Amino acid sequence: MIDELLRPFDFQFFVNGLAVATLAGALCGLVGVYVVLKGMSYIGHGLSHAIFGGFAASTLLGVNFVLGAGAWGIASALMINGVTRRRVIGADAAIGVITTASFALGLALVALFGTTSQSFDAALFGSILGVSNGDVALVAAVATATGGLIFLRYRALLFTTFDPEVADASGVRTARIDALLMVALALSILATMQVLGVTLIAATLVIPPTVARMLTNSFARMLALSTAIGASCGFVGMNLSYHLDVQSGPTIVLVGASLFAIVFAATGARGRRRAGGVTARLGAVRAGG
Amino acid sequence: MTEDVDGELVRLAGVHCAYGAEPVLVDVDLSLSERQFVGVVGPSGSGKTTLLKAIMGTIEPYQGSVKRRRNLQTAYVPQVETVNWSFPITVAECVLMARPGRRVPWASRAERAEVSSVLERLGLDGLAGRHIRELSGGQQQRVFIARALLRGPELLLMDEPTSGVDVRLRHEVLHLLDDLNAAGLAIVLTTHDLNGIAAHLPRLVCLNRTVIGAGRPHDVLTPAVLEQTYGATMEVLEHGGMPVIVDGFHHRHHHDPGARDFSEAGARP
Repeated sequence: MIDELLRPFDFQFFVNGLAVATLAGALCGLVGVYVVLKGMSYIGHGLSHAIFGGFAASTLLGVNFVLGAGAWGIASALMINGVTRRRVIGADAAIGVITTASFALGLALVALFGTTSQSFDAALFGSILGVSNGDVALVAAVATATGGLIFLRYRALLFTTFDPEVADASGVRTARIDALLMVALALSILATMQVLGVTLIAATLVIPPTVARMLTNSFARMLALSTAIGASCGFVGMNLSYHLDVQSGPTIVLVGASLFAIVFAATGARGRRRAGGVTARLGAVRAGG
Repeated sequence: MTEDVDGELVRLAGVHCAYGAEPVLVDVDLSLSERQFVGVVGPSGSGKTTLLKAIMGTIEPYQGSVKRRRNLQTAYVPQVETVNWSFPITVAECVLMARPGRRVPWASRAERAEVSSVLERLGLDGLAGRHIRELSGGQQQRVFIARALLRGPELLLMDEPTSGVDVRLRHEVLHLLDDLNAAGLAIVLTTHDLNGIAAHLPRLVCLNRTVIGAGRPHDVLTPAVLEQTYGATMEVLEHGGMPVIVDGFHHRHHHDPGARDFSEAGARP
């Protein structure tokens, strides 16, 4: 039994995939706290699709995937952030237009100039195959940078998330903080796309913080719990993915969803009341596709 | 704009503000001095919150000027109705937000002492670890005042601090603000409550996009100013030396035997 459980660790691709999945889960759990509490779940969902457009374009043009999709993702994120802050048109509508257009462009490019290859399937649904040391280093670098940002700007991020108007009045540069958060979100999605897949990243951004919210009333503890839950879901999901021979993205998400159901039932009315604000947003993401 | 403004904290001169094409403040002149306690009254949509934002500097006038004393420290307490009560945040976390510049998440020893001191001063000691939703209405209001006080402000701006609260809580908040003002803090608050709040303040500003009247309650709470501010007839009585504002229609309807009974006549006022 133990031998069977440890067997995948003999394969370097699995060890790499496991490292990426665990780091990616922690990273998405960490960033997801802000995404969920700011009511940005739909942005996370849309941005993951937008980055797919950049992924497709850079792959077909032979441009480095990280640079091409990264630039595309950051541009989309800042565009969404700008539209959301200006409130020129409805934020949800603007996000829908920008991100689905980007996703559609990716699909169209693949249809016109490419073939449906394993890399596109992996980008859509996640795969542990072909996770290189470079992928591990990328996720580790993004996780370190994001963790550093959150550590160093903890209070400004908290203030901007909780009470942006008063934060602005108190000297916090909320526009810059929001932009930094969006860049961190774009880079997190970019770095984790290979293992989780664009169609399922939103769930890893939303489920860990929602579960964490049901367990605590403290922001600091929610951050720590959400990160740990995300990492655990990545680790367990990746192992199950190997043993069940199911793609890594769906398995990781299903582990998270199961944990959500267990905590939801176990914490009773109190947990549901705590998570009241965020589960409504999770519903919106599901409805959004 | 920050500069010396002759002993005043803030001076607004000919301020016009708008959201898009919609003017919200028109030609507003107002000055605020140290230790003043000012109430801003006016109907919904009269620009009260925008006036606070103009004083703070979070909205820029498209015409006119807002001059603040150099290094003026202001703090803002939002309407409790606008607070996201499901946000995961304890009292201590909320109050510590007032120091957003610190480069590490945890509080320093000095900050912890300051938080304890301000919570104790506001009667919130022992509640630092509680979630903000688990507090009573008065305690919730005081948490946001504590957050504002931790900034060490010279001017405290409060948006509708007593809206939707009962009489006991209203008295509690007013007494607290009175104590803070007596300790040297200048306060500007907006309110809809003419009798419960406004009439008790030393200085009032009647606002309806522009300043209709400003001064002591006895000077400002007159039928003419109130009608111009609210666009409705109001009568001002006196009770115990305090002005009491009565809705003109209801006053006539219930107390004046000669008043026309609109309901019997089948007409609406």
